[in-house]
Amino acid sequence: MLGPEQVPGSLEATAGTLRRDLLLAYRRRGDIINPLVFALIVVTLFPLGIGPGERLLAEIAPGLVWVVALLACLLSTDSIFRDDYLDGSLQQMLLSPQPGYFLVQAKVVVHWLVSGLPVTLMAPLLGLMLSMPGGGYLPLLVSLLFGTISLSMIGAIGAGLTVGLKRGGVLVALIVLPLYIPVMIFGSGAVVAGCEGRPYSGQLAVLVALTVLASVLAPLAITGALRINMDD
Amino acid sequence: MTCERDHRLLFEDLSFTLSAGRVLQVAGANGSGKTTLLRFLAGISNAYSGDILWRGDPIHKVSAHYRSQFLYLAHAPGVSLSLTALENLRWYFSLNQHIDSQALYHGLREVGLEGYEDVPGFRLSAGQQRRIALARLVISRAPLWILDEPFTAIDRGGVTELEHLLCRHARDGGAIVLTTHHALKLDMAFDRVELEEGQC
Amino acid sequence: MAIKWPLFFHKLGSPRWFYRIGGMWLPWMAALTSLLLLVGAVWGLAFAPEDFKQGNSYRIIYVHVPAAFIALAGYYVMALAGAVSLIWKMKVADIVLKCAAPIGAAMTVLALFSGAVWGKPTWGTWWVWDARNTSMLVLLFLYLGIYALYNSFEREEQAAKVCAVLALVGTVNIPIIYKSVDWWFTLHQPATLKITQASSMHASMWQPLLVMIAGFYLLYATLLIQRVRVEVLYRERRTRWVRDIVLQAGSVRK
Repeated sequence: MLGPEQVPGSLEATAGTLRRDLLLAYRRRGDIINPLVFALIVVTLFPLGIGPGERLLAEIAPGLVWVVALLACLLSTDSIFRDDYLDGSLQQMLLSPQPGYFLVQAKVVVHWLVSGLPVTLMAPLLGLMLSMPGGGYLPLLVSLLFGTISLSMIGAIGAGLTVGLKRGGVLVALIVLPLYIPVMIFGSGAVVAGCEGRPYSGQLAVLVALTVLASVLAPLAITGALRINMDD
Repeated sequence: MTCERDHRLLFEDLSFTLSAGRVLQVAGANGSGKTTLLRFLAGISNAYSGDILWRGDPIHKVSAHYRSQFLYLAHAPGVSLSLTALENLRWYFSLNQHIDSQALYHGLREVGLEGYEDVPGFRLSAGQQRRIALARLVISRAPLWILDEPFTAIDRGGVTELEHLLCRHARDGGAIVLTTHHALKLDMAFDRVELEEGQC
Repeated sequence: MAIKWPLFFHKLGSPRWFYRIGGMWLPWMAALTSLLLLVGAVWGLAFAPEDFKQGNSYRIIYVHVPAAFIALAGYYVMALAGAVSLIWKMKVADIVLKCAAPIGAAMTVLALFSGAVWGKPTWGTWWVWDARNTSMLVLLFLYLGIYALYNSFEREEQAAKVCAVLALVGTVNIPIIYKSVDWWFTLHQPATLKITQASSMHASMWQPLLVMIAGFYLLYATLLIQRVRVEVLYRERRTRWVRDIVLQAGSVRK
C-alpha cells in the first residue's frame, strides 16, 4: 500500500533545511566577503567626505558603524529566497507537509550566519577606523550580535514579499529600512551610552526583546508572503 | 481509494474523478491552462471556483495531510544546481518521507545517475538535472503524482523508463495526473482530459 | 442580530452592493463634511482666542492635528482592510486597501507640511528632528513602501495580498517605531524645543479642534468611499450591472 508511513518531524525537516542552506552558503562562500568589503569602503568614504578630524569622527562613530553594518546586512537581503524561488526549491518546500514556519526560520538563521554575524565580528575594526572611544566596543559587539538577527528577520519579510518580482533590489530597501529604525535606535543608543561611560544594559535588554519578537513573528509574515508569491 | 475533483472557471464546468490505479493525461494546446489546472490540484493557486476534493474532503481543509499525499513536479523542478544529486534528494526527503541512504542511491541508479551521485548539479546536462527530480518518483511513496511535463529534456531511453515507472506506480495503486506533449505510450489504458482553446 | 452578521458581511464584500450603498450615503456624508470643516475652520481661525505665547501661528493646529490623526488612522484602515482581504478573501477589502494608501499618504504629507509651516515662526526653522516630525516622516516612508510594492506587481489580487501582509507588519511596527523615536528624542532633546511643550489648552481653543477632527474623519471616509466606488466600476467594467449603469448615465445625458 502506498502512502508515506511517517512524515519526518518538524525537527528533522528543520535540521535538513539548515544543513542544505549551510551547504549552499559554503559552496558560495565567496559571497560572504562582499558585504564586509562594502562596509570597509563605506567607512573609508566618511573621513574622505567630512575630514579626518579625530574628534568629529569619534563623535559620530557609534551611529555610523551601526548604519554601515545595517546597510551591509541589507545588501544580501534581496537574495535570501531568490535562487530557491527560481529553481523551484521554494515551491517544493512550501508544498511539503511540513509547516513553513520553522523551515523559513532556519533559512533566515543561515542568512544571518553568513551576513549579520561576519559583519558583527568586523564591526570593532570599523570602530577603530573611526577612532571610536574604548567603552563602545563591548556594547557594539553585543548590540550587533542581537540586532543583526532582527535585521535578518525583518529583511527576510521584504525579500519574501518581493521574491516573485524580477528585480527586488531597491524596493526591498524601501520596504525594509523604515522597519529597521527601532533596532537601530536602540543598538546605536547602547553604543553611544558605552562611549560616554553610561550604563547601556537597558538599551541592550530592549534590543534583545525586539530580536525575540522579530524571530517569533517575522516567520509568520515571511511564510505568508512566500505563499502569496508562489501563486502567480 | 478514490480521489474526486471537479471545478470550474478558466475551463468552464470541468469535472473529473481520478481513481487509484489510474493515469490521467491532461491534454490541450499551449495556453489552454494545463499547468494552471495542475497548480490548482497541487493547492498552489486557488483562483478557481468550485471544489477540489481529496478522498471526499476539500483540499484546503486538509492541506497539511493532503500535502503529504502527493508529489508535484513542476517546470522548475526544485533542484539546486549548487548541490549534488544526493544532497538535493536528501533535503527533499528530509521534508517528505523517512528513507535511508540506500534508497537514495537506489533511486539515482534507477534514473541512470549512478556514478553522478556526488557531482554538483551545474556540471550535469539538462537531462541529467531533470533526472535528479525524477529520482524522487522512484523513491517516493506518495500515492498521487502531479507531473507537469515530466518528459521535458529526457532522452528516448529515459522516456521509456519513465513510462515504465508511471505504469508501475499505477499498478501499485497510485494515481497520476500529468501533462505532456509527447505521445504517451503506456502498457495500460489511461484517461485523457482535453482542455479547450485558451480563454484566459 | 448575530444571525444577520454573515449576511451583512457577505453583502459588504460584494462590489455591486458597496457601490450602491456608498452612492446613497455619499451626498449626505459630503454635505456633513463640508459643514463641519466650514464651522471648524471659521471658529478656529476667526473666533478662537490667540495663544499668549505663539500668537496666531498656533492656529495651524486646526489643520495639522486632524491631518496627523488621519494619517495614522489611515494606516490602520489599510491594515484592517488587508487583514479582511487575507482572511475572508473579500474583493472590496482589496480595493479599500489600494484606495486608502494614497489618501493616507496625502494626509501624512499635509501633516508634515503644516508642521513645517508652524515650525518656521515657532522654532525659526522649517524642520526639526523632534519626535513627532520624525515619526510622521517614518510613517510617510511606510506609506511609500506600500505604494511602491503595490505598483511593482502586475496582478492586482497578488499586489493587494502582498501589501496586506506588509501593512500588517507595519501595524505591529508602528507602535514600536513611535515608542523608540520618542525614547530617542528624550535622549537628544535640545533645550530650544522646550517651548513646544503643549501649554494646557483653553476650552475655547480645543472645541473647534474637535469639530475639525470630526470633519477630517468624515472627509477621509468620503474620499475613501468615492475612490473605492470608482475603482469598483473600473474592475467590474465587464459585468452587466456596470454596463447598465453606464447606459443609464448615457441616456440621462441625452
